[in-house]
Amino acid sequence: MATNNPSMFLLTVNGQIEGANFPEFDNLYCKYCFVYGHDWVPSSGLEEGITQITCKGIQSSHKLIWNFPLETTFKSTNPSGWPQLVMSVYGPDAFGNDVIRGYGATHIPFTPGQHTRTIPMFVPEPSWRLQKFTSWLLGRRPEYTDPKVVAQGEGREVTRVRSQGFVTVSFHIMTKDMKKLGYDTGPSGPANTQSATSSWSTEGQPYNM
Amino acid sequence: MATLAPSAEFRGKLRKKGRALQETWAKNKNEDDVQALVPVATLSKGKHQTTMKEAQSSEEDPGETLKRTLRAQRQRQKKRLLEQSSAHESHDNDDVEKISTIQPQSEDRGSAEKAADPMNLSKPPSGAQRGLGSGIQHSPKNLDDIVTLHLQEKLRAARPASRLQSLRDRDTITRFDREVDHDGAGKHDVPLAIRTRVKFREAAKRAVKGLPTAEEAYGFFTYNFEPDPKDGTVRMSRKKQKQRKTVEEDMGEADEQEDSEVDEDNQDEKIGQSEEVPLVQEEEEGLFAIQQSSQDFLEVKKAEYRGYRKLIQRESELLFTPSFRTVPVAIKLPENMKPRYLEDEGLYVGERPSVSLTNENILENRILKMEEGKKWFGDDGRIIALPDPIKESSTRPPLIHMEEDLDPALQTVYKKALKSKYAGLYISSAADPEGDYQLDVDVSGLIFSHHPLFSREHVLGARLAQLYDQYLTRQHNNLTGHLTDKLNGLRRGLRNMLEIHGGQCLTQAVQQRISEYSLEVQNTRQLRDSEQEKDRTLLKNMVKVWKEIKALREFQKFTNTPYKLCLRKENVDRASDKQEYEDEILAEVVELEAESEMDYQRKLAEYKKQLEEWKLWRRKQKTKKKKRKKKKKSQAQGDTEDEDEDQEVSESEGPAEEGPPKPEPLEKPDLDSIEQQVREKASRIRRKPGESILIPELSASGNITAYELCPRAEKARRDHVAKCFLFIKILYNNKEVSQTDSRSLSTDFRVHFGQIFNLKIVNCPQSINLQVFEEIGSSCSLLAQVFVPLPEPSGLTGSVPLEEFEFSSNQRVMFDHEGVGSDVPLSFEADGSNKQILMTSGKLACCVSWGTGEDGTPLAPPVSQQPSGIRSGLGYFDAVTYIGASGLYDMKKIGEWATQSRLDPNDPKNASIMQLLKVASGGEVTAPEYFRLEQLQQEFDFVTDEELDRSKRLRLLRLRNQEVAEFRNYKCVPALEREVTDEVFQEYEKRLKEGEIIDTKEHLDPHRALVAKYLQKIRESVINRFRLAKHHYHLSDLVIEEEIPSIGILGRNLFKLAEPKRPLKPQRKERKKVTTQNLSDGDIKLLINIIRAYSIPIRRPQSNKPGQSSQGVIQGSDWLLSQVQVRPFVEVSFQRTVLQTTTADGPNPCWNEELQLPFSAPNGDYSTASLQSVKDEVFINIFDEVVYETGVNDKDRGKSVHTQVERHWLGSVKIPFSTIYSQTRIDGTFKVNTPAVLLGYSKERSYGTNGGYDILRSLSEGAFITLFITIEPQLVPGESIREKFDTQEPEHLLQASERFERDAVQSHPDRPCITTVIDLNGKTVFITRYIRPLNPPQELLDAFPSNSQEAMALVARFVSLIPSLPDSISFSGACDLWSTCDQFLTLLAGDEEEHAVLLCNYFLSMGKKAWLIIGTAIPEGPTAYVLTFEQSRYVIWNPSSGQYYGQYDTFCPLQTVGCLVNADNVWFNVQQYTSPMRMSFDTTKAKLWKPFFSRSFSHPGLSSVQPEELVYRHIDKAAAAELQDRIEKILKEKIMEWRPRQPTRWNRYCTTTLKHFLPKLELSGGQDIAEGHRHELQNLLGDNRISGFPLNLPFSEIRPIIEAVYSTGVHNIQASNAEFALAVYVHPFPNNVLSVWVYLASLVRT
Repeated sequence: MATNNPSMFLLTVNGQIEGANFPEFDNLYCKYCFVYGHDWVPSSGLEEGITQITCKGIQSSHKLIWNFPLETTFKSTNPSGWPQLVMSVYGPDAFGNDVIRGYGATHIPFTPGQHTRTIPMFVPEPSWRLQKFTSWLLGRRPEYTDPKVVAQGEGREVTRVRSQGFVTVSFHIMTKDMKKLGYDTGPSGPANTQSATSSWSTEGQPYNM
Repeated sequence: MATLAPSAEFRGKLRKKGRALQETWAKNKNEDDVQALVPVATLSKGKHQTTMKEAQSSEEDPGETLKRTLRAQRQRQKKRLLEQSSAHESHDNDDVEKISTIQPQSEDRGSAEKAADPMNLSKPPSGAQRGLGSGIQHSPKNLDDIVTLHLQEKLRAARPASRLQSLRDRDTITRFDREVDHDGAGKHDVPLAIRTRVKFREAAKRAVKGLPTAEEAYGFFTYNFEPDPKDGTVRMSRKKQKQRKTVEEDMGEADEQEDSEVDEDNQDEKIGQSEEVPLVQEEEEGLFAIQQSSQDFLEVKKAEYRGYRKLIQRESELLFTPSFRTVPVAIKLPENMKPRYLEDEGLYVGERPSVSLTNENILENRILKMEEGKKWFGDDGRIIALPDPIKESSTRPPLIHMEEDLDPALQTVYKKALKSKYAGLYISSAADPEGDYQLDVDVSGLIFSHHPLFSREHVLGARLAQLYDQYLTRQHNNLTGHLTDKLNGLRRGLRNMLEIHGGQCLTQAVQQRISEYSLEVQNTRQLRDSEQEKDRTLLKNMVKVWKEIKALREFQKFTNTPYKLCLRKENVDRASDKQEYEDEILAEVVELEAESEMDYQRKLAEYKKQLEEWKLWRRKQKTKKKKRKKKKKSQAQGDTEDEDEDQEVSESEGPAEEGPPKPEPLEKPDLDSIEQQVREKASRIRRKPGESILIPELSASGNITAYELCPRAEKARRDHVAKCFLFIKILYNNKEVSQTDSRSLSTDFRVHFGQIFNLKIVNCPQSINLQVFEEIGSSCSLLAQVFVPLPEPSGLTGSVPLEEFEFSSNQRVMFDHEGVGSDVPLSFEADGSNKQILMTSGKLACCVSWGTGEDGTPLAPPVSQQPSGIRSGLGYFDAVTYIGASGLYDMKKIGEWATQSRLDPNDPKNASIMQLLKVASGGEVTAPEYFRLEQLQQEFDFVTDEELDRSKRLRLLRLRNQEVAEFRNYKCVPALEREVTDEVFQEYEKRLKEGEIIDTKEHLDPHRALVAKYLQKIRESVINRFRLAKHHYHLSDLVIEEEIPSIGILGRNLFKLAEPKRPLKPQRKERKKVTTQNLSDGDIKLLINIIRAYSIPIRRPQSNKPGQSSQGVIQGSDWLLSQVQVRPFVEVSFQRTVLQTTTADGPNPCWNEELQLPFSAPNGDYSTASLQSVKDEVFINIFDEVVYETGVNDKDRGKSVHTQVERHWLGSVKIPFSTIYSQTRIDGTFKVNTPAVLLGYSKERSYGTNGGYDILRSLSEGAFITLFITIEPQLVPGESIREKFDTQEPEHLLQASERFERDAVQSHPDRPCITTVIDLNGKTVFITRYIRPLNPPQELLDAFPSNSQEAMALVARFVSLIPSLPDSISFSGACDLWSTCDQFLTLLAGDEEEHAVLLCNYFLSMGKKAWLIIGTAIPEGPTAYVLTFEQSRYVIWNPSSGQYYGQYDTFCPLQTVGCLVNADNVWFNVQQYTSPMRMSFDTTKAKLWKPFFSRSFSHPGLSSVQPEELVYRHIDKAAAAELQDRIEKILKEKIMEWRPRQPTRWNRYCTTTLKHFLPKLELSGGQDIAEGHRHELQNLLGDNRISGFPLNLPFSEIRPIIEAVYSTGVHNIQASNAEFALAVYVHPFPNNVLSVWVYLASLVRT
């Protein structure tokens, strides 16, 4: 197909899973995968991955660093089913069993440029108290049948979750031919300055006179 | 201390001393002192050049000045400033003054804390000393003495001073100040005062002068002294310079002093704390002898001093003081930008929160200093600010009163109401936001006109009072008098008029006027009469009621009411009164006469006119009559002119023709009677002439009988009254504001409150409501509500009269005492007639008015309320008050209001009104004639629906979203419309079309086509229902959670640990299950393990001897050894992939081979639903490999033998993929479906069967194969839907069944247990309702009338011939649907359950004992079989194959028995074993079978869902024959199609032979005739090698037949000389059930 009238647009996701903030846990690793709709095809890069196990540093007492690169290119015909990054963090519990420490998902940003996302993580709760105890004892916490559940809205109402921590992911987004196909994702202006001012403005109290 | 700004500190201390000095002065009033001061002042002049001038100027009256200063300094800063400014207006604007103006400020600060510190104190004198030097010597001696004495005292006191001294010093500060008041106390200050006299004087002078403002003072001390010409104005800088000069001078002094000063900073703390010592020490060196002693305690050090300039400099580095002057706009905006005002551009700018200008300026200055400070400024040069966030109305809910429950912390605390600026905005007069409004509610009291506690006398009294009130008001209005006057006037006028005209030559106009006058007179007279009558009756009534009261009082012997009616007589002059009376009557009579006369005249005229008309008509009639009467002249003479006679005549022929009736002649009015009437009336309504005028007077002066004298009932009533209290709550805008004190009800049922409530209001008044409460004992009830109208703004307190508002209540109250109650019938008559019902009612006297302020200003909102100063939509809140609620619908009024209140059109709050106005001004508001729920939807539709339908891409997306089967997993919908090809929809559209057009070719039978269509519809609806249900998630769908292990499981696991390990007996382990979501083609494989087979038919040696029987096969073992019996191999075909095993030998081969077949799902959709609906079947065919030698080629002299391999089909096993999928694995021995006749083969053992239920019989029949089939990887089978279906079953039954099933699953998880099933309508039905005896087709029963077993077999065969269609396929595995037998027979398709139910019902109707077995079988999995009990044996029937097995049959496919069902009950198998061979079917044993309905839960008598009788259609032989031909034709075509390379020749002869043979097969059930048939064929065909077999299938569609034929592989014969024979026979059964026989044979000529 000629470049003038493309039939697909491309979305390149570069970035990294920078790290996480799980105040209570250590020695965690992270699994990630992309969830996307019918009209999306990953054309290059890894769709799924698993990071190394990381421990908390001595200095930065509650920051877990993975710095795990993400690099995937999608092509698609339809923005519906925009890819989502699904993260699931695992780590050993008190008895050394590998248990889930958090699920989280975020949509890949759709404006080109650099983005940083802090994804809140959560885990499903045991359905009742005794279950909670036994799951703790046996090291088998409730898990989602499929981590991809967190990327969908259907059926979530039956679960109860507890929030656990945050994972920070940075993205560098490039798109191709989106505008040619009629999808305008807005200005690709520098998002940095804006975010800087906004963070500044939350601290300032302009009307505190 | 050192860090303090020296100048400030310095001056502060000076000031302090100055004050002390002045105080002493003021006290002493010593002339000497004053004089002494002068020289000092003059001395100081020499040094303080600049201050000198000022000192002199203020010197004129130092005493007074000081006094004033003293007074001033006691007051707060502001007041003092004011005072002083007034005192020193005349002062010029000198620089010195400037400095001095700053003094008070510093003093204010310093004196409070710092100056009192001893160390501080010590310092200023040191600075000031210089100037005083010699002056001190001149001070008076007496003072010196005092000082010395005092100092000595002090020194003594100072010695034991502790560390805490400083604290005490603090106290001295206050004392210091206070000491001024008493005489002696202040004395110790004197020395200080002397020493610093000059300075203090100066300071005092300065303090006196000028007008120091706080800002200036502050500005001075905080000002950045850096030379900054930009910031300050010229004037300021000049001032500053001067200031600096003075400061420098001071500092110069200080520097000089410095050398001689003691360093006090390093001083010992102890010493330092003694306050006066150092002072004295330093200053009095040359004065006192005490000097020596003081030096003993003091260590003198130099004071560390930091240069002032340096300090300033340092400060300027650290501190920044923003200016409070306005910042020029240019600075705040970026370069070369002009301010831009959004408001001017028409954009809405909210109201900024108010900040004082000074603060704003300071902030702006501060911000500008910052980096990037400019970004805080908007385009208009102002600081960016959000609109005022304060809400205009409170949203907080009112607090509910529960004082007891209230937490103490939440207890309300009284706070004085504060006026909020915003609150004021609610009142319409926003022009004065500070304005406060006050409503005065004056609740004066209330009077009951009826109260339940009224006694009878009270009722009458109230009535009397009411009448009297009426009387008074009437008297006041005096309507009668007015009307009488009017009447007289009118009469006079009329008389005058008549006199003037003299009754003659009356013009039309005059006549008109006279008649009008007389009419008026008549009306007025009537009015007067009625009023007079009312007066009279009122009077009468009063008298009557009064009499009643009196009678009642007599009767009850006590008096309750103080009412007393007196009738005052007013005597009149009898004669004149009589005269008047008579005149009146006369006048009236005359008038009436005249009126009646006029009336008569008018009527007469009318009468005459009518008479004329009548006569005319009459004449006409006569002429007509005359013509008629020519013949009969008998009455001709009677025809006179007399009217009466005319009438008679006319009457005689009246009916003939109707004319105008003859008018009645009028009577002359009876004038006498008029007078009579007038007199009568007059006597009724007027008092008699001469009778005195009665004037009633009601007084309340009567005595009430004392309590003691009353009877008991009355006492009770009075007690009750005494207990009754009333109070009134005042509700303003429906909020309770206040309430009056509760007052007791007085005996006359009046309550006086006399309370005035001043309501300070902030909200617009909407309603004022007074609620009357009655309190009896502790109970409190609302009697009535009185709504008081809001006063006009002009209605001020004092000018509004008290008004009475009536109220009433419809409460029903009854008493057992004298009280009459309320809403209770009450009669005053002795006989109880004339009952009245009285309601509690009364009058509340109150008034509401606007209050007046202290100065008499009205606290009312102004009448016209146009806010001019404050814009914005404040008026918005007043829209309703302004135009009234009704006006809201009036566009004009709204428009008017909007323009007047100057609504901001850009304010979002006003958007709706503005929109409305725009519409209104745009023209007529035309109401649309339609109603739209989403009126904006159209605007948001990005294309119209038609376009949406036209767009192929959107259609594709929509269909995918709807999960239409073809598009469910469609990947990559093209981005552009043009890339969507039409082919995408072809299949879908074809399917849609198919739904309507029945493909007769596929179905060969219109009925079946219809059924197929019907089935399709059911299927779709059910699938839709389940697709919805599938979106209901359970926790277990989303979250994997460990089951809590029960103790039993734990124990078992423990035992397992102890079990011996048996490595030689490996156990199958569960593989990991794979969810189907992320699978793709090629991932799934079907594993088929073919283990072994039993009793494969063996080849029959090729011989032409007909006599050889099958028994001959096993004649000799040597023959068996020499000849290969059979070489079978297994071929598995699945999805057109064909794999085969190696060839084994013998009739009992063992292959033990694993075949892997790839599996691909339709459309690449590996979802569970899609997998469940895969219709493909696994064909496992057993072939015999036959090798023929085609001849020996001895070309090379060698022995090369050409062989030809042929394979002969021996039998097959079909297993649907859906079974494998749902079962996950299939493991067992299956019966091979062998044809009834296999040409060229014979069964290994063939004992003749006796027709009984012989165990061996089933063994003898056919071959068996052992298989293990599974899917790799293991797939998670679809789960059944847990949706709860609606049902008509009773709730308790459902609960019981749920419990039963749950218990069953818990105790025996592997045994299927079903109690409720879902019918075709998707409703839950109890299973026993399906069982009911139903008649089988009569034809079947007639076939074997004697042999019931044969009949049963035939019935079973009939049932098995109904095509089987698993529910999992038809309903994509959603669930099992049970159709009733009639539905099943109509659909002619169903699952095992339907077959089983039908078979069971047939058996029951045949009088057998039959049950439904719910269990599992191979290969079907969970299924239903039928159990019969006959001849003390249990027989198990497979309903879908028609086969039957004995209980102990090893090859019975039924593996597990879960439960038994019959029409009455369900029994669950609780025995140890589930295999039918090892269990007992005796359901009466409760140990073995757990019944559903037991004694505790008896059978509720469930009616059956089955029809009473089944109606069958008769056998249609013609249709069967037609179908037969068509099938044959199609099959022949197909076979030729499958053999594209070779010609296919058909052996006609053989075909006809086969055709004859097939019906026999059907009749015999495929048994016993095989041998004879074979011989027959052999004879016919001679030396042809023939192989072939008949196939028997139930008929549903043509496709399965083709598949079956294809799978046999007959067409694969490669021999060039092969011929084929194909015969088809369709045997019709009742109800269009067809059995299809296909006989296929290949012949090879040998």
